[in-house]
Amino acid sequence: MTQTPNIPADPVEFDDMQGLIRFGHGRLVEAEFILCTLKNRKAAQAWLMDAPVTRATTLDSPPDTALQIAFTAAGLTAFGLTDDITASFSYPFLAGMAGEDSRSRRLGDTAENAPDHWSWTDTEAHVLIMLYARAGGLDAWKDAVLGNAFSAAFVPIHSFPTRPNDGAEPFGFRDGISEPKIDWQNAHPPAKHGREDFSNLISPGEVVLGHRNEYNARSASPTLAADTPASDVLAAAPDTDGLRDLGRNGSYLVFRQLAQDVRGFWRWVDSATGGDPVRREALAARMVGRERDGTPLVHNTRDVDGSPRSNDFTYEDDVNGVCCPLGAHIRRANPRTGDHPHHVEGRIAWLLSTLGFRRRRDKLPGRHDLVASTRFHRLVRRGRVYGPDMTPEEALTKDSAPGEQGLLFICLCADLVRQFEFVQNAWIASPKFNGLDGEADPLLGGRAPFSGVPSDGFSIQKADGMADHHPHLPRFVTVKGGGYFFLPGLRALRFIARHGNKEV
Amino acid sequence: MIPQDTFFILAPVAENRAEDLLSLLNDMTKAPGYADPDNRLVPFGRFGQLHVARFFLVRAQTWRDIAAYGQDPQPYPLQLAFLGDVDGDRQAFLRELVTRCADGLSEIFSHCAGFDRGTDLLRWMEDHNVKEAANYVNTRGRTVRQVHEEAALAAALRRELTAVAERGEATDPFALHDHLVDHVRRQTANGTLHLTRPPRTSLRQRIPNWLDLISVPAILLLLSPLLLITLPFFLLWLRRLERTDPEILPRPDNAHLADLGRYEDHDVTNPFSAFGDVKPGPLRRLITTTALYLLNYSARHIYGRGYLTRVQTIHFARWVFVDDKRRVMFCSNYDGAVESYMDDFVNKVAWGLNLVFSNGIGYPSTRFLIKDGAEQEDKFKRFLRNRQLPTQVWYKAYPGLTARDLVRNSEIRHGLENRPDGAKALHNWLAKI
Repeated sequence: MTQTPNIPADPVEFDDMQGLIRFGHGRLVEAEFILCTLKNRKAAQAWLMDAPVTRATTLDSPPDTALQIAFTAAGLTAFGLTDDITASFSYPFLAGMAGEDSRSRRLGDTAENAPDHWSWTDTEAHVLIMLYARAGGLDAWKDAVLGNAFSAAFVPIHSFPTRPNDGAEPFGFRDGISEPKIDWQNAHPPAKHGREDFSNLISPGEVVLGHRNEYNARSASPTLAADTPASDVLAAAPDTDGLRDLGRNGSYLVFRQLAQDVRGFWRWVDSATGGDPVRREALAARMVGRERDGTPLVHNTRDVDGSPRSNDFTYEDDVNGVCCPLGAHIRRANPRTGDHPHHVEGRIAWLLSTLGFRRRRDKLPGRHDLVASTRFHRLVRRGRVYGPDMTPEEALTKDSAPGEQGLLFICLCADLVRQFEFVQNAWIASPKFNGLDGEADPLLGGRAPFSGVPSDGFSIQKADGMADHHPHLPRFVTVKGGGYFFLPGLRALRFIARHGNKEV
Repeated sequence: MIPQDTFFILAPVAENRAEDLLSLLNDMTKAPGYADPDNRLVPFGRFGQLHVARFFLVRAQTWRDIAAYGQDPQPYPLQLAFLGDVDGDRQAFLRELVTRCADGLSEIFSHCAGFDRGTDLLRWMEDHNVKEAANYVNTRGRTVRQVHEEAALAAALRRELTAVAERGEATDPFALHDHLVDHVRRQTANGTLHLTRPPRTSLRQRIPNWLDLISVPAILLLLSPLLLITLPFFLLWLRRLERTDPEILPRPDNAHLADLGRYEDHDVTNPFSAFGDVKPGPLRRLITTTALYLLNYSARHIYGRGYLTRVQTIHFARWVFVDDKRRVMFCSNYDGAVESYMDDFVNKVAWGLNLVFSNGIGYPSTRFLIKDGAEQEDKFKRFLRNRQLPTQVWYKAYPGLTARDLVRNSEIRHGLENRPDGAKALHNWLAKI
């Protein structure tokens, strides 16, 4: 129709990108995350300079270990970055995940999940060290990375050991199936508007700072003046005069420690189904939206761009939630909506839909066009599980939990507000999601009223219109801590390591 | 039908009284910006015809931007705005307001310039009432009373349906519908439920409405030859402006965002208050006036049934010209967090936003009035947030209910009173309960 000006489509530089953005390090089954503060800036800079940070380039043989490093806003300041530099980072990163009541309110971090009860937040930490290794290799890797140079520089304040999990999260469901596919080649330029159907492909700028995003614009990236000491390692910021790009090839990392009450979950499901094992499995599957082995409750043969078979579906043929409940976990976390609701074919239909005249009340009773287009709200998940293993069968029979277990939820995105906070607020925690009322995510919900509305129910829609209502679910997941981090590119890491030196 | 009316009282704040006024307004709330319905000054909850209302201080934030056009920025004095949406007409509501809380209102307005002890409150409010340029009502004619009655009906039906399911009775949808109708009949007979019939729309209401409906098409038809001739010149002029109008989109101040956040998300619905300047020049003035006129027309005749184009989350919205059409105030009541609201703007009605707001100074550049502009997500959000103002006191008569909830409750009632045709339609109706 018209030419699109200035499409930023420059290639993504894998050698300047931390590996975590591109890979989940799935083969490196052992991992430990360490949250620390700076003890000595000079020593920290020296350690950072030599740190063997894993890049996103592919190697002939996959690595045996990996190291990734992320920073809090306080951490950047501790490394000597002045306020005029940090000010160009996004506001939620600077304010912190628990920094404001209004943010906690939006995220549903209230009552028992309120930051007052957390054991850690981003404001007290500086650096997140993420170590990965093949089975049996983690201890040696820790010794190598966390040697004397590390001890001279940092004080570990929190350590997060993880457990190899064969792809199942602690409740016993296969996890990590639905991941967006990043279009690294920029082969599918995002139509500005009018990608009517759901697609699993997202532009690199949804995850990587300074690249083209789904709005066909560069994702916002922090910059600094070109005369900033040591900034010559950084690339020039595009479309600016004399600024350098600090965020380029970096990302924002969201980290939440979610304790899972596995016994509580299975016992509640068991009692809600009268102890019948078949119905128990069925109810648990309805809450998740998948069976334990990952089989989705919705089966159709739509060809979703960039999706593997187990993920090749949308909810278009299940608008009433009869196959997969409207409030099921995977339906909230990824509603698989397109820019327009339901097959818009031809210009007339598109125009009618745009003007709000194509309401299709016959086909979509009361649930027309209530959920935002999914492609603007995707997250790349990189979490790991922690704590002792417990099967659902053990959860039902054992008298006590062998210790805290749960998920170290980690996700990457370029826009904390539009992506992570939107998903958590409008989709996971909102009791009004998709026209529902009085229920939040059946797994993740904090159960406290949200904006004054109860959120502790769960309903299962049925073909005869008579939904099964489960009132007053107990809380199965408790937030134990959380923070926003910046996962810099390799050049930015070198800048952080050198900048403070030259200043003094 | 009982149509809704609006009031918008705007008065300058007296010098050095702003701090006192803010603390007084703060006393009316139970959380930042969230009104206590029984507050001492204006107990909103006692007015059965009041849907939403707000007090906010209009503090111009972007008035200096006009310097980019080579004009001397004119500061806009601090104003107090008091607005709301009511059933019936404005005069009747204001009279009732004065009868019931003259003291509280006088205490508030005594912070405004020119308001004295002896001032006739009602007259003063009428004198300071500003007529809107455009107004949107989610569902025209749906009264506060109807909202409450239908919410109670839906809750009663939900309880009864749960009880039926627990008894494990047969679920033939036809029998179930009959059962629910009987149930409601008993509940209304014993006074538990009320379902007031909306008054019929009289011919005296209908005829002006019809005339209004055909007015715009008629005018357009009459003027069409003229419009066709001037269209190329209009487009040329417009494109010249669009190419040269400066974008002024600094990143919103962190402290400003934090302050706005304090007032947000205490209910499922939030108020949005914004204030900005119109681009100088006769063409922009003409476009803004026309766009708001057409918007107002389509809100009256096309979009009064739960949808404003594709957006279903807006309860009420208002556009008001002030300062000889040099500035515009925009006030709305929307469901969800502000990020969801802006998401709807960008992804669903960017073209509509452009039509109206691209005439604001600093707006992300547009093409042919509807393209680009708000489609540029980051820029558009900056524009909006820079102009957004905290709403110090905001009231909604039905906390916890979204616009979608209200429409659904009406649909439930409709289905109760007019049995849906066929088993499938009945299942759909039951699913809404």
